[in-house]
Amino acid sequence: MAQLFKPSSNTYAKLSIFGALFAIGGLLLGLNEFNRSSYMTNETVAREQPVPFSHKHHVGELGIDCRYCHTAVETSSFAGLPATQICMNCHSQIWKDAPMLEPVRASYRTGQSLEWTRVNDVPDFVYFDHSIHVAKGVGCASCHGDVAAMNLTWQAAPMTMEWCLSCHRDPARNLRPREKVFDTSWVLRGHDAQAATAAVGGSAAAQGASAGHGGAAATAGANAEHGENTSEHGEADPDAAAHAGAEGHGNSGAAHAAPIDQATLGKQLMAEYHVAPRTDCSTCHR
Amino acid sequence: MKIGIDPEAPPFDLAAVRERLSRSTGRTYWRSLEEVAETPEFQAFLNAEFPTSAQSLTSSLDRRQFLKLMGASLALAGVGACTKQPLEKILPYVKQPEELVPGKPLFFATAFPLSGGALPVLAESHMGRPTKIEGNPEHPASLGRTSALMQASVLDLYDPDRSQVLLRAGEIRTWDDLVSEVTAELGKWKGTQGRGVRILTAPTFSPTLAASVQAALTALPQARWHRWEPVGRENTREGARLGFGRVIDARYDFAKADIIVSLESDFLFDGPGQVRYARDFGSRRKVSGKSSRMNRLYVAESVPTVTGGNADHRLPLRSSRIAALARALAIEVGVAVAKPKGLEAHEAWIKAAGQDLIAHRGAGLVLAGPSQPPEVHALCHAINEKLGNAGRTVLYTEPVEDAAPEARDGIAELVADMNAGRVEALFILGGNPVYDAPADLGFVAALGKVPFSLHLSSHQDETSILSLWHVPAAHYLESWGDVRAYDGTVTILQPLIEPLYHGKTALEVVSILSGDTARTDYDRVRDHWKQLTSGDFEAAWRRAVHDGFVSGSQRPALTIAMRGDATTHLASLPGGTQSDDDIEIVFRADASAYDGRFANNAWLQELPKPWTRLTWDNPALISPAMAEKLKIASGDMLEITLGDRAIQIPAWIQPGMAEQTIALHLGYGRERAGQVGNAVGFNAYALRTSKAPWFAGRAGVRKAGSTYPLATTQTHHSLEGRDLFRNASFATYQEHPAFAQHKHHGIDENASFYPDWKYEGNAWGMTIDLAACIGCNACVMACQSENNIPVVGKEQVLNGREMHWIRVDRYFEGDLDNPDLYNQPVPCMHCEKAPCEVVCPVNATVHSSEGLNDMVYNRCVGTRYCANNCPYKVRRFNFHLFQDWVTESTKLQRNPDVSVRSRGVMEKCTYCVQRINQARIQARKEDRPVRDGEVVTACQGACPTDAIVFGNINDPDSAVAKSKLDSRNYALLSELGTKPRTTYLASVNNPHPSLARPDPHAAGHDQYDAPGAHQDTHGGREHGRETDGQGGSHGAGEDEGVKGDPAHSPERGTH
Repeated sequence: MAQLFKPSSNTYAKLSIFGALFAIGGLLLGLNEFNRSSYMTNETVAREQPVPFSHKHHVGELGIDCRYCHTAVETSSFAGLPATQICMNCHSQIWKDAPMLEPVRASYRTGQSLEWTRVNDVPDFVYFDHSIHVAKGVGCASCHGDVAAMNLTWQAAPMTMEWCLSCHRDPARNLRPREKVFDTSWVLRGHDAQAATAAVGGSAAAQGASAGHGGAAATAGANAEHGENTSEHGEADPDAAAHAGAEGHGNSGAAHAAPIDQATLGKQLMAEYHVAPRTDCSTCHR
Repeated sequence: MKIGIDPEAPPFDLAAVRERLSRSTGRTYWRSLEEVAETPEFQAFLNAEFPTSAQSLTSSLDRRQFLKLMGASLALAGVGACTKQPLEKILPYVKQPEELVPGKPLFFATAFPLSGGALPVLAESHMGRPTKIEGNPEHPASLGRTSALMQASVLDLYDPDRSQVLLRAGEIRTWDDLVSEVTAELGKWKGTQGRGVRILTAPTFSPTLAASVQAALTALPQARWHRWEPVGRENTREGARLGFGRVIDARYDFAKADIIVSLESDFLFDGPGQVRYARDFGSRRKVSGKSSRMNRLYVAESVPTVTGGNADHRLPLRSSRIAALARALAIEVGVAVAKPKGLEAHEAWIKAAGQDLIAHRGAGLVLAGPSQPPEVHALCHAINEKLGNAGRTVLYTEPVEDAAPEARDGIAELVADMNAGRVEALFILGGNPVYDAPADLGFVAALGKVPFSLHLSSHQDETSILSLWHVPAAHYLESWGDVRAYDGTVTILQPLIEPLYHGKTALEVVSILSGDTARTDYDRVRDHWKQLTSGDFEAAWRRAVHDGFVSGSQRPALTIAMRGDATTHLASLPGGTQSDDDIEIVFRADASAYDGRFANNAWLQELPKPWTRLTWDNPALISPAMAEKLKIASGDMLEITLGDRAIQIPAWIQPGMAEQTIALHLGYGRERAGQVGNAVGFNAYALRTSKAPWFAGRAGVRKAGSTYPLATTQTHHSLEGRDLFRNASFATYQEHPAFAQHKHHGIDENASFYPDWKYEGNAWGMTIDLAACIGCNACVMACQSENNIPVVGKEQVLNGREMHWIRVDRYFEGDLDNPDLYNQPVPCMHCEKAPCEVVCPVNATVHSSEGLNDMVYNRCVGTRYCANNCPYKVRRFNFHLFQDWVTESTKLQRNPDVSVRSRGVMEKCTYCVQRINQARIQARKEDRPVRDGEVVTACQGACPTDAIVFGNINDPDSAVAKSKLDSRNYALLSELGTKPRTTYLASVNNPHPSLARPDPHAAGHDQYDAPGAHQDTHGGREHGRETDGQGGSHGAGEDEGVKGDPAHSPERGTH
């Protein structure tokens, strides 16, 4: 009787065992990547809303301050969504007959709330406090991206635990002077910051931060999520930023006398604002 | 395994228990009869870390199935984390209220009405939802503290069983229908001047309601206003009348009282003054240093109460004998009354109390409870007057009750009129007389003869279904109104929320009768106070509503002497006693259900009651001696007869009960309470008559033959007699302030394999002063409402699965018939070297940089290793989906700052980390450290005696750091090297020298001074470890080993 298996079968058998390791590893890696993908995190997905409210128009073009609508952001954990009345402050005067704004007027007439779809949403077991972040010099754009460029609003960062921790472990990257917290167009010295952005990120994830307009902070934050290992980022990013900053310094001269790269600025601000973010579990979970 | 209630188990031998207790030397603390008896059930319960958990798996598992499941769980491990955040809606306000900041709670001052007056509160509101009750720090009746009932009252607001519609003869109607029908009838009633119209309320402490009823009575001059409350204070009123010739009220200043003698008065736990009284009392129990002036409490009572548990000398005495005791005490202090007989056995007690009272003239206080007849109250007044206490510790005022009648129309007069057909219309405003009226009156039959009846109540209860009209009542958090506290101070009730189910108030119903239907309650209350206010009303009103009290509304103290003939009157009272064999029944309000009004409150139902630690039931309490005599075991069904009435009720052997007395607690056995309270417990009202509302002799008792399971938590979470509770007399404390510092030889408490933690900034810690803790359970309820803790039901309590994060352990000391009681609240210890942290395979419980043992629910996979390794047994596991995720209304109560836990998750005390975080964030925003006292845990905030101190132990100036330097400070199981952050200040009591038990601390005091001395002589069995030859290293994991160690347990308490 002829042999069922040729000698080469041995090789195939060994190869398939060897290959299975890669297959399983690849599957795990794939699942891992899938779990962090924007499909899972809802990142960059613009949401339909009852009224197609445009931050681009209101913030970018009209220049309305964040706090005009998000009134509680400096005092409370919750930034606050504007009451219909806040919309009507203006829209009882301008565009008062626009069909697009009918749901707002209806809400005002009937007393029924507008039902917005949440754009930035963390799980119910996560307790985030806006006020302390704002008080310590974390800009709105650092997490929410450049809303001044968004027509319909989308989530600009993955909002995963990894992403939160990347900043809590190294907040210097995302700090800015307090007076600039609500300035969505703030950048640390124009092209230097862009250079820093390029040096730090370089990946396609810059989408969420709309190509550098939101400043280095948002991009750095978004990028961290895509790293495979937070500790690697924790160490690598400041180096990269410092490097980029050093380059920038050399190129641009003395337009600003004060710190010129984000890492140095961040460190200064950490000392000045007494920034000491906590990484205890109970900081966010309780 | 069910302790002491297993129908199959033979009753354990009480005589053996008695013998064992008498044999023990030194100080012996015991937790339960089962423990001392060492019943096989108790041992088995102890040895299983989570009793009966394995039995929950009904299907048997073979190897193949096991492998399949294991394989599947391995393959799917982690997939659970891959959930996508679902889309959520977010709804802003249309017009946002000015003062409301989303995410920040608001606090509103109002008051929780209870019988006899109200308890002032600050209600916490999250986005318009009342979630938590705190005390009102500026109100004299609260001073910021609360009671368990106050804490639990918020749950009643969201009770899904609350009545939601207005009914006429069972059909849904509108409020306007009611108003038009009553208005139409009113024309007819006016023709007879309202002769057939009756209003039935509880004694009212609302000035506006009293005025409104008076207005209705002015419109209908022949109408009558009856008052009924099952747990009323008639005796107190009548006692005052006996003593002073008219009705006046007494309030007490326990802060000034050195000697307190309570004759069945549970002033620390019952009545509207309880919170203030407990605080004042507690202020005299906390000792620090030799110069402290500690008070001394004597209590004589038939049924163990919270106050009795705090007594330095508690005398279990039948209720009917207390009058004789009062007389003997009166003679002792020089009031001339007839000498009583039959108190020879208690001579020493009476003498000691009398001597103490005389020695502390003007700083003593004698008071009687509402269960005692008027003459006992009058005797107390006489004693206080004789000793010059009146005007100092006892203040007399005009009656706190509004429109207090001199001659009372009670429920007996009402029923007589109803039966005679003289009642055409009956307005029952609150209460539940069909359930709680005296059994001899026949209220149900009488109600059938009333053509028009209306019942206002929160639930469609027993009375509602027999009334023509049923009106849903508004909760106090939904109502405008006003109410007086124990001292007469008026609080303007303000609503925090629109009535959830269109509830109405008594004020609204009464106002129909006076034709006042156009105004709202808000207007009525405002208008009432407008008449009484001179000057700027608007400012005064805003201030009163904001502050939670009307300033200057306290009843001023009167200078009043007893009527001249009072002593002769008292002297001529008969001084008879009853025969010794007579069995006496005593009725008491239940600690949880009260008179039945809280029967549907699941938090209260599951709250272990003081002394018994029972949940979900109200068995008949009997003394061990009576149980021995009648051969009754806990859980035996008894048939109790009184006259021609009988009920069946299970027995519970309660050390500390008076001889030949059966205690029946009211408020159970409801038929129409709701899903929670229906058919829970047994209805004791069936035996209660108008002649003998508090105690009745000549009862019969026999075993009914069956048994009944009773769920007590006392046997749960036992730490097996280790050195947990420490107590000494005040005299010993003065001599040896460090009596609580037990040295464990050969053990280095600091030895550890793990490196020390470093804490920069805050390091949170807590102390609990056992001398001040009165065991009132306010902390347990506060924790439950703050931390979204679920209830589990009686079945699961029987399995040992109750979820309270803080438990109050009960320790007895001394003999079986009259043990001393000690309470020890036990929350998570937040150990520095926490045994739980190192065994968690998924890092779900980890050490925080401020020293908390953080619990991360979303990481927990439910291995329960942590609970297994916790020597303090403070971890609680969600064996089932205990939390109610379905009922919409109860979701509104949840604290939004605390995760709602699901099945399969471990949980435990967090030191209220949400409050710590809030304070820290606030401090950091203001760029300053967290101030001492800025973080107040829920238990600490609720505690009426300030026994709990919390704060930053890194700050040497903080209250908690100072407290930890107290010589009484000790840690539980410090020999394990866990370095708990929660420590205790040892208990101190203050016995009279002539009555003191021999104190081993005093006898063997050398050990404090000479650390090398051997310790066997004191502390009894708690040092069993060393003497059993097990001294040396006690690792964190050793707990397990000890349990199985046969050499450890049989020796307990004997060396």
